[in-house]
Amino acid sequence: MPKRTDIKKILVIGSGPIVIGQACEFDYSGTQACKALREEGYQVVLVNSNPATIMTDPEMADAVYIEPLNAEVLEMIIDRERPDALLPNIGGQTGLNLAVELAEKEILDKYNVELIGARLESIKKAEDRELFKEAMHRIGLEVPASVAVNSLAEGLEIIKDIGFPAILRPAFTLGGTGSGIAYNIEEFKTILESALELSMTHQVLVEESVIGWKEFEMEMMRDKKDNVVVICSIENFDGMGIHTGDSITVAPIQTLTEKEYQRLRDASIAVMREIGVDTGGSNIQFASNPVNGRTVVIEMNPRVSRSSALASKATGFPIAKIAAKLAVGLTLDEIPNDITRETPASFEPAIDYVVVKFPRFAFEKFPEADMTLMTQMKSVGEVMSIGRTFKEALSKAIRSLEKGNYGLESVDGDLNELRQSLRIPSSERFWSIAEAFRRGLSIEEVSELCGVDPWFLFNVRQLVLLEKEIENQAIGKKGDEVLLPPELLRIAKENGMADRRIGDLLRVPEGTVRNWRKQYGILPVYKMVDTCAGEFKAYTPYFYSTYERAVYQADGQAALAQSEVSDSGRQKIIILGSGPNRIGQGIEFDYCCVHAVFSCKELGFEAIMVNCNPETVSTDYDTADRLYFEPLTAEDVLNIIELEKPAGVILQFGGQTPLKLALPLWQAGVKILGTSHDAIDLAEDRKRFKELLHKLNLRQPESVTATSVEGALALVKSVGYPVIVRPSYVLGGRAMEIVYDNESLRDYMRRALAASPEHPVLIDEYLEDAIEVDVDAISDGIETVIAGVMEHIEEAGIHSGDSACSLPPHSLSSAVVEEIKTQTKALALELNVLGLMNVQYAVKNEKVYILEVNPRASRTIPFVSKVTGIAYAKLAAKVIMGRRLAELGMSAEVEMPHVAVKEAVFPFNKFPGVDVILGPEMKSTGEVMGIDEDFGLAYAKAQAASYNRIPTSGKIFISVKDKDKEQAVNIALRLARLGISIIATKGTAGFLRERGLCAEIINKVAEGRPHIVDMIKNREVDFVINTVTGTQAQKDSFSIRRSALQHRVSYTTTMAGAEAVVTAIEMLCRKQLHIKSIQEYHRQVTNKL
Amino acid sequence: MNKALLVLADGTVFEGTNFGAAGEAIGEVVFNTSMTGYQEILTDPSYKGQIVSMTYPQIGNYGVNGEDAESAGSVKAEGFVVKEYLDFPSNWRAGTGGVESVSLGDYLKRHGTVGIERIDTRALTVHLRNFGSQLGIISTVDFNLQSLLEKVRSHPGMAAVDLVEKVSTARPYQWQEDCRPWCRATEKEKDLLKVVVYDFGVKYSILRNLVAQGFTVTVVPAATPAEEVLAMDCDGVLLSNGPGDPTTVTYAIENTKKLLGKKPLFGVCLGHQILVLAMGGQTYKLKFGHHGGNHPVIDLETGLVEITAQNHNYCVDLGSLRGQVRLTHKNLYDGTEEGMRHVELPVFSVQHHPEAGPGPNDALHVFGKFREMIGGVA
Repeated sequence: MPKRTDIKKILVIGSGPIVIGQACEFDYSGTQACKALREEGYQVVLVNSNPATIMTDPEMADAVYIEPLNAEVLEMIIDRERPDALLPNIGGQTGLNLAVELAEKEILDKYNVELIGARLESIKKAEDRELFKEAMHRIGLEVPASVAVNSLAEGLEIIKDIGFPAILRPAFTLGGTGSGIAYNIEEFKTILESALELSMTHQVLVEESVIGWKEFEMEMMRDKKDNVVVICSIENFDGMGIHTGDSITVAPIQTLTEKEYQRLRDASIAVMREIGVDTGGSNIQFASNPVNGRTVVIEMNPRVSRSSALASKATGFPIAKIAAKLAVGLTLDEIPNDITRETPASFEPAIDYVVVKFPRFAFEKFPEADMTLMTQMKSVGEVMSIGRTFKEALSKAIRSLEKGNYGLESVDGDLNELRQSLRIPSSERFWSIAEAFRRGLSIEEVSELCGVDPWFLFNVRQLVLLEKEIENQAIGKKGDEVLLPPELLRIAKENGMADRRIGDLLRVPEGTVRNWRKQYGILPVYKMVDTCAGEFKAYTPYFYSTYERAVYQADGQAALAQSEVSDSGRQKIIILGSGPNRIGQGIEFDYCCVHAVFSCKELGFEAIMVNCNPETVSTDYDTADRLYFEPLTAEDVLNIIELEKPAGVILQFGGQTPLKLALPLWQAGVKILGTSHDAIDLAEDRKRFKELLHKLNLRQPESVTATSVEGALALVKSVGYPVIVRPSYVLGGRAMEIVYDNESLRDYMRRALAASPEHPVLIDEYLEDAIEVDVDAISDGIETVIAGVMEHIEEAGIHSGDSACSLPPHSLSSAVVEEIKTQTKALALELNVLGLMNVQYAVKNEKVYILEVNPRASRTIPFVSKVTGIAYAKLAAKVIMGRRLAELGMSAEVEMPHVAVKEAVFPFNKFPGVDVILGPEMKSTGEVMGIDEDFGLAYAKAQAASYNRIPTSGKIFISVKDKDKEQAVNIALRLARLGISIIATKGTAGFLRERGLCAEIINKVAEGRPHIVDMIKNREVDFVINTVTGTQAQKDSFSIRRSALQHRVSYTTTMAGAEAVVTAIEMLCRKQLHIKSIQEYHRQVTNKL
Repeated sequence: MNKALLVLADGTVFEGTNFGAAGEAIGEVVFNTSMTGYQEILTDPSYKGQIVSMTYPQIGNYGVNGEDAESAGSVKAEGFVVKEYLDFPSNWRAGTGGVESVSLGDYLKRHGTVGIERIDTRALTVHLRNFGSQLGIISTVDFNLQSLLEKVRSHPGMAAVDLVEKVSTARPYQWQEDCRPWCRATEKEKDLLKVVVYDFGVKYSILRNLVAQGFTVTVVPAATPAEEVLAMDCDGVLLSNGPGDPTTVTYAIENTKKLLGKKPLFGVCLGHQILVLAMGGQTYKLKFGHHGGNHPVIDLETGLVEITAQNHNYCVDLGSLRGQVRLTHKNLYDGTEEGMRHVELPVFSVQHHPEAGPGPNDALHVFGKFREMIGGVA
């Protein structure tokens, strides 16, 4: 069937900021969809609030709107653009829910916009727990016994029948938000209450527990002719009870017989037809009782998902791209398979390798959070690895995680503790399983304790035994005497074991193992991901490494090639990616890497990408000329470099991950393009950096280093309180605190030294209430151009990644801005920056202090690029490859009449018990952007986009620490002028009343009821301003902030944030929001000469 | 771990280790791209004379069971090549259903089938794709390459050998079992439609699906004269799948000629090829055959694509039938002709395996079509 000609313009909704449960995978799928639709000749209008995405690049759609994702804004965009159709199933749960809302509010009807891909009824049938259950019964499939409830009372009635443990799942949420397992009535009440609150429809499914059953997923596609195919099957290593996003998962299914697999396939096809997903991809989850094979359907996602991104990377079948084409009327048999070129997309990929996905967690950022894994997703990222066996893929996944593991490192604790850690699923349980085998526990016992299928455990145990065998080789031998028999080394490599781990086991350096391998000729071969298990010739250069036994000819002639990489004869550049998403290193760096790839291609180089994050655009085989899906370790990267012999390697776009490899690569003689390894070291080494600033006569906050409690107390005198303290061994603001007095300092020093006595503690002057400024610049070694100066909203001391910021600055004096620019240029020149550089400053009393310099792409580069319309990462890559800025037409910075605000988005709702207070430790997972003609409106949009909507009427609650009370008066005054009433706790209210302001008094929680939390729960408050100092005060007011979060009352925890909010309200009361595509904004940007 | 070698007729040597039975096996080396279903594949009589290499690298995971065998007696494939054999079955059905083994290794041992693991099966696949399927030998006893090559090169191979007689039943039998619980058997009244199945190496899945359609099933030896079948007063005849080159099964071709126009006929795989030969058409050998469970086949009558199980080395040329039949199914991978319907007679056939086992169930409805064609209530 030909594609539709009755529609011309299609609206695509993105998934918004990166949050737990919704990450880069929707940038990948959205980018693919936009490209596919435009390839078919359609105009695309894209809306997404997340500036760090490739999909919001102006080249990706005819009109890109970086605007808040809500129905009001969407209606404005629809009214302006008049699209013919809306593709709802590309932007994750956010996009899907918004599409449903637009349909239900009859906005789509009003503007004559057709939902394509999935009809409203189908979406509802799949998402509404009760309708879904009915649908499954109609087609003869079992679901766990369950009842949907809409109130606590109903729930209490129902639980009598369901029994404990019971699983609670709110309807229409993503990543299992709000879901949980209740083992008793108390837990049941707590979880149900919050789940009802979180569900868009206030509906929660109370479900029979199938904890411990095997969990399977099927990735399906359907076209409008009703052809249905399985793209990929997935089996979870961790059984039911742990969110699939938090599970180690394996593709394809490993422990089902053919008949059982086909039964799942038949069921999946039946589900697709019954739910009526017109066209596109869906994910269906099943649970299966390992004892008797009884299988039930758990749920279906009628859209592309994290799993579909994984399935695409695991098989080479581009689900989102094909889904977009199916939505406009093409059928699977009409679309060619890109990989084989000759065969159609109407087939089921056959794979001849094993894929492992391993989640990455960030519990270290949330020490108060419950680390137990359950039905609500808690991981912030993931890695994928490919190997010819499960063991090989698993080993590669472990080192891809970049969490310091290279194999099955031992775990401390006695046997009882070990058994306990097997029972309770956590991010570290995998290593406990290995430890259990090391201590001699049987597969049966371990399986009994952790519920993991014995087949997987058998494989883990084989790896443990292999490690032991290797370790035994070194017994009784000294350094030089240790030698590994070639056959054992070969087996280790066939099982994916890292050189580094082998070295650790033998107590020899990694390099020694590498040398042995080369000496014995044990080298990796690279196999292709081709969707067809080698049955057809494939053209897509998508590779993974493995170790195979050599094949030879009986007559001694040359053997057939086992490696499938052929030399293109072109000049190559390797770009190293950023690995798994984590807090502090996310999609922004993938965006930069993708831009570097584009530049390489534009300059005629063959661009080679290396990365292991399946969510990303960079690991789309369509992005680079060649893709290696490999761990980002020195070993794996060097292997690729030795094979490809590139003209150079680019490290500065992937964040810390590639930078950490600078030294080993440089030592191995690899040509690193861009800023030198020495300059990176210069910027990171505290001492060298201090000297450099001294030389340039630049100012830095005072700092000292202490190794003892007494030392710290003595040294702090030269700095003066308050100070920021942190241990020297952690980066990225971890374990950082702000200390105001000797007592707290003493306490901190004791804790830090107890944790790590060998590492000194760094003590820096804390510039209280200083304004922090982020600057991005680009330099070609001769000329430096400022890309953007961003003024932070929250004060210095709050991690720059967690602070909102404004581009251009909204309150800094022009003298300060000029001074900052001058200093930035001086630093770039001194550091010999070639490419991008980011500098963080603090400004206090018109004085500029340098906090940090990073001679690499920063988190803010995508934001700056979206605001200015200049692709700085792309330019930087070209500079790195030898072009001059002037040649590239970039000799001056730009100016624009609009203002953009970037705001951070936090995962607090996923971590009950965690306070929402911001600090020096980064906690945000994503970002949004608001853009408009002035700061107030841009800030309001950024808040709306981060789901922290600013009210323009009603009541605002104020409770601030003493130091902030003066400032609160001004805020209250401004609010009063806007007709907004103030309520406050006694202290704050008293202060305001003294200054002649009206303030209603409300009880603190400890002062009796009704109190402020009651008001928040009843939504009688429209905004919360709450600042605190000191541990006790923070504890006392914790429930205020937590209930605001839970009941979706917007809030701020800083005075700077409060000021910005008031400015935004003033603007919102005066003016309308403006809706413009970024292409239109970019046309207003001018060169400043 | 005992050493084993796989040597191809063109002299390519793969070194691995032995699992299953020790010894030697010679056969045509073919690769199968199914990711599950090793037990069905090994027991599929169509693999007689062939050494099967699985492209999926992890084999043995779920063990073996009594239900999943596709034929009686023994493993039919000559040898088995895998990347990694896992001697730790984990599945609730492993060892059940009246089978003596739990693990695949033990199963192969009991049936005397030689297995070799640690092979770069992807390199093997690509080699066979590029140079065509060819004879090979697996040995765990003889490591002299020249000696192994001689053994391979002196083997008669697949051509001109009647493999059907080696796998067909010796005497007729009735088949009762349907496909439950693995497929949803249609709950129709048995209306006593009788079908005779020519056993050229029939898979149990075919018989089960016939029963599921309400047929009374009689299986007869491959060489049963047509007259005897006609005398059995059946409502239709199914020409089954089977191994090897269809042109070598001359008696079957002759018998089929005699049945044409007398009985409704339904051919599957080899049966489909035999029908074409019986009508005066031609078959040809494919470079490396189709063996797997993911081939898209378009049903030209409905325009729908079915994902099918495939296992054949030979293919039909319907052009050679000069208009006697209509092409009904086409393989979308390579355009080969995979289904036909006679323009006048109640005769149709498919090249793929509608019975699955292993493979998807998309084409199961073909059995219903057979029933419809005979005039039964579908």
